[in-house]
Formats: sequence, structure tokens, C-alpha cells
Amino acid sequence: MAAPPDVAARRRLADRDGALAWIFLSPAVVYILALVGLPFVLAVAFSLSDVTGGDPSFDWVGLQNFERIFSDPVFWRSLRNTFVFTAVSMFFIVLFGKVLANVLIADFKGRWLVRFLVLLPWTTPVALSTITWLWLLDSVFSPIDWVLRQIGLLQTNMFWLGQPTLAMASVIAVHVWRLVPLAAVIMMAGLLSIPKDVQEQALVDGAGYWRRMFEVTIPLTAPVIAISALFGAIFTFTDMTVVYVLTRGGPTNETQVLASWAFFRGIEGSDIGQGAAIALFLFPLLLAAAIAILRAVRRMEVG
Amino acid sequence: MDRLVVTDADRHRYARRHRAGRIALYAIAVISALAAAGPFVWAAITTFKQDSDLYRRRNNPFIFNETPTTDHIGLLINDTGFVTFAWNTLWVGVLVVLITLALSLPAAYSLARLDRPWAGPMGIAIFFVYLVPPTLLFLSLSRLVVALGLQDSTWSLVVIYPTITVPVSVWLLIGFLKTIPKDIEEQAMVDGYSRVGAMVRVVVPLLFPGIVAVIVFAFTLTASEFIYALAFISPSAEKVISTGVPTELVRGDVFFWQSLQAAAVLVAVPIAFVFNLFLDRFIAGFTQGAVKG
Repeated sequence: MAAPPDVAARRRLADRDGALAWIFLSPAVVYILALVGLPFVLAVAFSLSDVTGGDPSFDWVGLQNFERIFSDPVFWRSLRNTFVFTAVSMFFIVLFGKVLANVLIADFKGRWLVRFLVLLPWTTPVALSTITWLWLLDSVFSPIDWVLRQIGLLQTNMFWLGQPTLAMASVIAVHVWRLVPLAAVIMMAGLLSIPKDVQEQALVDGAGYWRRMFEVTIPLTAPVIAISALFGAIFTFTDMTVVYVLTRGGPTNETQVLASWAFFRGIEGSDIGQGAAIALFLFPLLLAAAIAILRAVRRMEVG
Repeated sequence: MDRLVVTDADRHRYARRHRAGRIALYAIAVISALAAAGPFVWAAITTFKQDSDLYRRRNNPFIFNETPTTDHIGLLINDTGFVTFAWNTLWVGVLVVLITLALSLPAAYSLARLDRPWAGPMGIAIFFVYLVPPTLLFLSLSRLVVALGLQDSTWSLVVIYPTITVPVSVWLLIGFLKTIPKDIEEQAMVDGYSRVGAMVRVVVPLLFPGIVAVIVFAFTLTASEFIYALAFISPSAEKVISTGVPTELVRGDVFFWQSLQAAAVLVAVPIAFVFNLFLDRFIAGFTQGAVKG
């Protein structure tokens, strides 16, 4: 029983794994090369040029842009802030995400409502929720201050966004607030992928809650936690929306991160060359972080 | 201490621990819900406040000290581009999700299943795309957008956003594909399906939770994106929610606070509601897959 020839030909192509692998992959690769690869090369070129908003002509200036940003104390300040912002945020995001994931997979009354409420910060466009926070942290009308005044802990106002340490803490808190739901959902999926019999076996063996947590659950979900932490860290490292909306880097660059500073220099200051140079500085750091964590994950998968 | 007999004391201790665990569970659930949703509840109250109520430092910010008003919602709906922004966000999101699935589903299958020697390095290469932040690409991309003739058009976002969503989606889908045993499609191929047939008929249905995850991810990333949307588009009729609301309702130093809060709540609640529906199914599918696997 011979199939019609065109069906047979299609059949053969549909079965040739080697050709299929390329056919399946190439649309995504071409798309990304055109709209990420090419702009990336352009950005590198910009960082070595004197392109500005007012004068878009391209002149080669070598490493001048880099020399200029290195001699600027704001650059080093932003670099330090970026690390503080990322490290502190990620610590709390992973911690709270883990706790929340354990709560959300448990069975209890009103779980649907709790899930719905807990998801809100992540599903809301960040520019909008940060504006809500901008008013919550207002220098005069902040409801948080009002509560503190009612309890008698405060006489006047905290000026959350006006003091360096408080401003940084506010930016970190809002960022943690919006990313914890995402971390919890990813970790929840990881928790549910643990085979039931492993948990039950541990229970039968008499392992208590905390022992099961630290000897079964955490080791088995470690790769998922590591990967979600990696995504979160990279996202945090390059994100500027919260900083931009909440403090615009202030007071006096105390909450400035590399991403926001690149934006202010490159777009609002119109110095595209310098903006590109600052932004490019993010790249090797990200690369190093990503390689380190990918390695750790692979080691765990092997071991 | 290998006792096989469970004494009454054991049972008692177990019950007590169990109860303590339940109390802790409810406590953490309530605290998390309050911490996450508190700002929105407060925003919802603020939406209905009169100016004279809101701008008084002594007034309790959590109750209505004067008669509530719907004026600020009226302003938002009738006198701003809010409805247009919402519609733009919606159709951009749907198109970006479709493009993302069309590109990342075959790519993930190719990398996870077709056993090419370059699959590993290529997967990592795609992942590294995620390391190129919008802040870095925005300058050169806006030139490309101009070259494509899409400046000041919402379509520019449809074209550019998949660059953010595709790498993440490919990685997510590879992870989900790893949880589906290869035997399943090999069996389907033995039964007479071609490779493509086995993928479409057998693997894609099993991948449903992964596809839902991609939809959820792609849509939230798209709706939240700020920098590109701000950079490529200036006419207000073409703007999306995340840039339209802050720029239209913040005029100079004048903030239309109540309308801004109304916008946040009106956008937050429906999206979270829909995702919660999806999340339930996504988790059900995920556990089922794990049991079957």
C-alpha cells in the first residue's frame, strides 16, 4: 500500500530530525539575531562614538566614553547601589517566595482568595503599582506615617524617599513586594514536581516537618530555586522602573543604579555614547553571574 | 528509638503539632495577603475620595471622612485615553503571546528533543539573550524602529516585545519538555505518527501547563514593559497602559492621585483574576504530569 508521493515526501521531511531541528529553531534565532544581535552591535558602536541626541552623526572616539564614566564618582556610587539593590532584594525574594510557595500549595479555606490577592503585585504593570507606592510613601500624606503617628511612634513624617537609607530601603521593599509572587509561583511549580511517594516515604520514616523540609524538599527543589533566583537577579540587576518612578535615583544619586543612570545620561542627558557605555558595563557582570549559577545548577543536576 | 507502637502521648503530641501548624499556616496566609493586596485595597478607597478628604494630613487614610465620589473614575474613563490604552495593551499582549508561542514552541522542541550536538550551546546562547537589558538596546532599537517605519505606532511594540518574551519562553518550555518522558512520543512514532505528528498530537497536549506558563509570562512581561513603550511612542492614542497612565495623568507636578489609583486597581484586578484561573489549571496539569511521568 503506497502512500501518494507528496505525502511520502512530506513524511520523510517530517521524520528527518536533523533538518527539522534547524527548521524549528531558525525562526526564533533569526528573529533574535535581527532584533537583539544587531542592536547590541550598534550599542557597542555607540559606546565608542560621540553620538548625542542633538548630533546623531557617528564619529569614532575610542574608549573616551569609558574613561569619562570611570572618573565620575556617580558611576561608582551607582555600581555599589546596583549590587546592594540586587543582593538585598534577592535575599528577601527567595526567602519570602519560598515561605509563600509552601503556604500556597497547602490546603486551606479561602486559598483561592489568598492566591488571587497575593498575585496582584506581580500581575499589575509595575509603573502603575509603583505610582500607588509613590503616594503610600508621600512626604506629607503617607498613610504609613499616619499609622505610625497614631501608634505614637512618630511625631511628624518619615520622608521615606528623602533620606538616603530609607529611600534605598523603600526601593528595595517595593521591588521585593512585586517579585515575591513570581518567585512563589515558580517555586510552587517546583514543589509540586516532587514525586508524592518521596514525601510519603519520608513521612512514613518518621521525618518531621522541618526535617522533611531541609532533607527532602529543599535539596530536590534546589535547581528550580537556583534558576528562579538567577532570573530574578538578572532582572533586578537591569531593572530601573521602580527606581525611576519612585526616586528618580535621588536623593542626590543615593538610590541611583547603573540602569537608571544609563537612562538619565543616555536619554534625558542626550549623551547616547556615555549612556551606551554605562549600560554596556552591566553586560560582563551579568555574564559572569549567569555562568556561575548555570554551572552550579548543572553540578546539582549531575550530582 | 525504633518504636512501632504509637502511644496515646504520641498521638496527642502529633495533634498539638498539627494544630500549631494550621494556625501558623493561616497566620502566614493572612499576612501575605495583606502585604500583597493592602496597597490595592487602600488605592481602591482612595479612588472614591474627594480632594478635600485626601489632602488633609490628619484624616484617616483608610476610611471616608467625607462623602465618597465617583468623579475621579469618570475623569479617568471619559477625559483621558485610559480605555484606548487598555485596548492597546490587550491587543499588543495577545499578538505578542501568539508570536512568542509560534517562535518558541518549535525552538524549544528542537533544543530539548531532536538530539543535535549543538543543542546545549544553542540553548545557552538563547538564554544569554536575556542578559541584554532593554536599557542597553533601547537606543539602537529606536533607530531600527524608525528604519522599519514603525515609530510612534503601537505595532513597534508587537515587533520588539517578542525579543523579551521568546528567550524566557524557550527556557521555560525546555524545562517542561524535560518532564515529559521521551517514550511517549517514541511510542507514538512506532504507532505510525511522523516526528511532527507525534509532537503536535502527543507532546503539545502534555505540554499544556508549560504553554499556559508561557502565556502568563509573555502577557505580564508585555503589559509591564515600560522603557521601550516610553521610547518608541509619543502620540497618546498609540500608548499602552504602562506609559499612558503615568504620562497622561501626571501633568508636570500635578498628580491626579485618585484617578491614578483607580487606573491601578482597574488594571490589576482583571489581570490577576484571569491569571488565577489559569494558575489553578496550570498547577493541576503540572501535578498530573508529574504523577504520570
